[in-house]
Amino acid sequence: MFYRENGQFKTSYKADQQIFPIPQDRWVILAIVVFAFVGIPLLVDEYLFRAILIPFLILSLAALGVNILVGYCGQITLGAGAFMAVGAYASYNFLIRVSGMPALAAILLGGLTAAAVGIVFGAPSLRVRGLYLAVATLAAQFFWDWAFLRIKWFTNDSSSGSVSVADIELFGWTISTPTDKYLFCLGILVLFSLMAKNLVRGSIGRQWMAIRDMDVAATVIGIRPMYAKLSAFAVSSFYVGVAGALWGMVHLGSWEPAAFSIDRSFQLLFMVIIGGMGAIAGSFFGAAFIVILPIFLNQMLPLVGSLFGLEVSIALVSHVEIMVFGALIVFFLIVEPHGIARLWSTGREKLRLWPFPH
Amino acid sequence: MSFFLETLLGGLMSGMLYSLVALGFVLIYKASGVFNFAQGAMVLFAALSMARFSEWIPEWLGMDNLFVANVLAFVVSIVVMFAVAWLVERLVLRHLVNQEAATLLMATLGIAYFLDGVGQAIFGSDIYKIDVGMPKEPVMVLESVFDGGILINKEDFVAAFISAMLVLALTIFFQKTATGRALRAVADDHQAAQSIGIPLDRIWVIVWCVAGITALVAGVIWGSKLGAQFSLSTVALRALPVVILGGLTSVPGAILGGLIIGVGEKLSEVYLGHYVGGGIEIWFAYMLALVFLLFRPQGLFGEKIIDRV
Amino acid sequence: MKLHKLLVAASIAAIGLSAALTAPAAYAAEEQFFPVLAYRTGAYAPNGAPWANGFVDYMKLTNARGGVNGGKMIWEECETAYATDRGVECYERLKGKHGGATAVQPLSTGITFALTEKAPVDKIPVITAGYGRSESQDGSVFGWNFPLIGTYWMGADVLVQHIAKKEGGFDKLKGKKIALVYHDSPYGKEPIALLQERAKMHGFELSLLPVAHPGVEQKATWLQIRQNKPDYVFLWGWGVMNQTAIKEAQATGYPRDKMYGIWWSGAEPDVKDVGDGAKGYNALAMQHGAEPNAKVVKEVLEKLHAKGQGTGPKEEVGQVLYMRGLISSMLQVEAVRVAQDRYGKGKHITGEQMRWGLEHLDLDQKKLDALGFAGVMRPVKTSCLDHMGSAWARIHTWDGKKWNFTSDWYQGDEKVLRPLVISTAGKYAEEKKIVRRTAEDCKK
Repeated sequence: MFYRENGQFKTSYKADQQIFPIPQDRWVILAIVVFAFVGIPLLVDEYLFRAILIPFLILSLAALGVNILVGYCGQITLGAGAFMAVGAYASYNFLIRVSGMPALAAILLGGLTAAAVGIVFGAPSLRVRGLYLAVATLAAQFFWDWAFLRIKWFTNDSSSGSVSVADIELFGWTISTPTDKYLFCLGILVLFSLMAKNLVRGSIGRQWMAIRDMDVAATVIGIRPMYAKLSAFAVSSFYVGVAGALWGMVHLGSWEPAAFSIDRSFQLLFMVIIGGMGAIAGSFFGAAFIVILPIFLNQMLPLVGSLFGLEVSIALVSHVEIMVFGALIVFFLIVEPHGIARLWSTGREKLRLWPFPH
Repeated sequence: MSFFLETLLGGLMSGMLYSLVALGFVLIYKASGVFNFAQGAMVLFAALSMARFSEWIPEWLGMDNLFVANVLAFVVSIVVMFAVAWLVERLVLRHLVNQEAATLLMATLGIAYFLDGVGQAIFGSDIYKIDVGMPKEPVMVLESVFDGGILINKEDFVAAFISAMLVLALTIFFQKTATGRALRAVADDHQAAQSIGIPLDRIWVIVWCVAGITALVAGVIWGSKLGAQFSLSTVALRALPVVILGGLTSVPGAILGGLIIGVGEKLSEVYLGHYVGGGIEIWFAYMLALVFLLFRPQGLFGEKIIDRV
Repeated sequence: MKLHKLLVAASIAAIGLSAALTAPAAYAAEEQFFPVLAYRTGAYAPNGAPWANGFVDYMKLTNARGGVNGGKMIWEECETAYATDRGVECYERLKGKHGGATAVQPLSTGITFALTEKAPVDKIPVITAGYGRSESQDGSVFGWNFPLIGTYWMGADVLVQHIAKKEGGFDKLKGKKIALVYHDSPYGKEPIALLQERAKMHGFELSLLPVAHPGVEQKATWLQIRQNKPDYVFLWGWGVMNQTAIKEAQATGYPRDKMYGIWWSGAEPDVKDVGDGAKGYNALAMQHGAEPNAKVVKEVLEKLHAKGQGTGPKEEVGQVLYMRGLISSMLQVEAVRVAQDRYGKGKHITGEQMRWGLEHLDLDQKKLDALGFAGVMRPVKTSCLDHMGSAWARIHTWDGKKWNFTSDWYQGDEKVLRPLVISTAGKYAEEKKIVRRTAEDCKK
């Protein structure tokens, strides 16, 4: 009823090929973005910003990067955490070693460094495929974990291997309060999502998808696998690297390599698969799910326990939390292997026909 | 020279243990195409079950015989692992037939989380002792040949021996029994196996049971060495390079791969590590596997991948 | 249909979440709230749980004794699993509850690093008794960090002093080989700076052997030790890594009595499963060791555990890590008392007032004895510039059944520690653009 396309006519290719060809979508998305920029800072308290919203935004960005590689180009990676680390440490080094370096430039340069590293570690994908590649990307994870712990130059000779940065500045705007940080991350996320959406709609995105669907066939029709795969690794690592830089410099302020451990890599892959591979929106859904679920379980379980008059010990809560987390992931994969994004589009289809399903 | 030999031996013995975990991966991958990330969680779960039952059973029965308690605990743990296998097949795999490899991989990660949680909730999260009477003190051998002799860790030696026996038993099981042949048939071609009347789901349960037993043996060995504790679940990560090096579908590959990785990482850590600050063995194992993969993308003994459009 | 169910489930979950997040926090004005960031799951649970039990038990004991001038302690536990991001989430969740957290003790060097950034903004002191950043002893830069009664640099310094004494003087250390087997994380790397300084001073050879998290794979490490045959091994481990190290030492035949652990590597969970294999193994005791006979332990058993109100198993009371939790808790309770002396007895103490209390902590032997800590620890006196307050430590040794003290008291050498603290803290101040507090600022 509200979501009907009847009567909407496109008179030019341009109109037909825009990102959101249906006005309802366009307005809803715009409304969400405006609400995120204006409404949320007015409504939300510090805890939500720091514990949920900022991690959600940054991890969405990282998941977006992983989705480009895994969802669009079909190359499974278990090393995303390492590229976040590269982004974070590279931007840290740019910031402290080059005097007068603006923070935003340092973050972007961190992303570019991650992209370069991504190309190097993506090179085996030209020869190794599927699960073998997934395990091979773990090499990147363990190598960088080690490198940032061991090579003192990266951490500016800090005795403990942990680094810290002051509040960053952007054209005279000091980003220090949670609201500032939220807005800064949100701005970057919106820009990068727009860029990603346009990339995957364009020629390069179609090359990636051709490689994903069948790389031999793609090669036969004239797509250069080297260019397509390595560009996917580069773009993906760039996104992940920028996310890593934000995670370190904006969210944590002080960090150690453990912030980008293998668990982070798994977490990002979870986001992409639960959210929906090959769907930009899926990255957001996945990130929201994975960020909120553990916190939600952790706070709900004692309440549920008290409903039944049980005093639930903290240890049991965390054990049950892991159990429910694992079970829900399996449940989701069984119910909808294509992720929440698919649920979303199914829902939209239903809405188009509603209230007359036939 | 004697130190080199010691390192080599140490590497071979760790390698045997990696093979044992890798074997669990390979068995399941061969039979069902699932890359089972939960293998590490299964090792932990089995070790916890073994440790706790060997503690509880004497309490329940009011007896004091360590040997009987261990045997009973082992039997109970086998039953527990069979139950896990059956539940996994019933509740998870059955519903995920024909899904993409990545989805299955994630599902096993979900199972891993679940098992970690259940295991600790039931059995506790302390360090528990598995006492199967493994010798702890080292011995020196060949003192006449080398100056100072070679130090051999008896515990490692026994562990490597048990692993080798298990591998041998599994090989016989696969080559000689009807079930083993059915398993191999399923591994070669699911549909063809089904069409000649091999029940797929039962085979899957059997494979997970066998993987459960290897997890239990690995759990007992590692647990007796390190104590049954949460960190055991990370052994899966040490066994991954072994699997890809040896090839996901090859049992001999898992064994040889384990030995190569075991020796490679120990030698590299001892002889190269201190030039770069140490702690290199874990990524070195992955890099080693990666280099092998560049020459043989399907692993040492993996089935050749043939591309067709 | 499936979609339908999912949507329903999701909306129920969303409602539940918002309910959980907006639950109102009621509190009585004179109560002091302490968040307890504990870890009872994961790889480090065996060591994290006893600490948390002792920590909570002392607050229960304080309440049983009638509180601080009538003010009661309240607390809420949150599971961090020793993970930094979860710890930060816990902190954010708890810091505003019940009128605001009085102080926070994260029991993780990683979480400490993260909270160091937040403490000055939130005005909540971070107490890290025996861990955290060593340079945070410098209160003029780290205004909100309190590494009370011990830092890793002090610990490493005492260990070097001890072996020098055993060898018969610092000059005898020349040419000796010391290996540091450490947890490959900021925690494990903390002592390196000091040990290198000491190695330069006395001419001993320091070899660094990192062990990757969680520390169950140490074969190569101990092969290297077997090859190099160091005269002493220092162990900087946590959780299962300690036990594994001692077992590997046994398997490679390295004498356990040449091994010295930091205070986090010298508790019951680290050695009990190794039993006789760990006989002779030494560890540093940060003031206290295992104290089954202390008066305060008997009081805990009598007032709490006998009535079934104790936290954790009864056998744990008086063990090393339990005592560490107990003492950490005692220090913060006493700081509340000091703050109340200035800001009003029985009144609610804010984070800022708590900092004043922590900077003016003065526990002499008489006060300690009165609290039941006779023989357990030596006096602590902090100041605005010195946030550690005491540098006393002893060595204790495992005899196969229990820990026994085997050395006299040592004190960290200020001449070595102070310059290192000042220069490293200065570097941090420069990085974060912090202006040092002056003597004037301290009076506020």
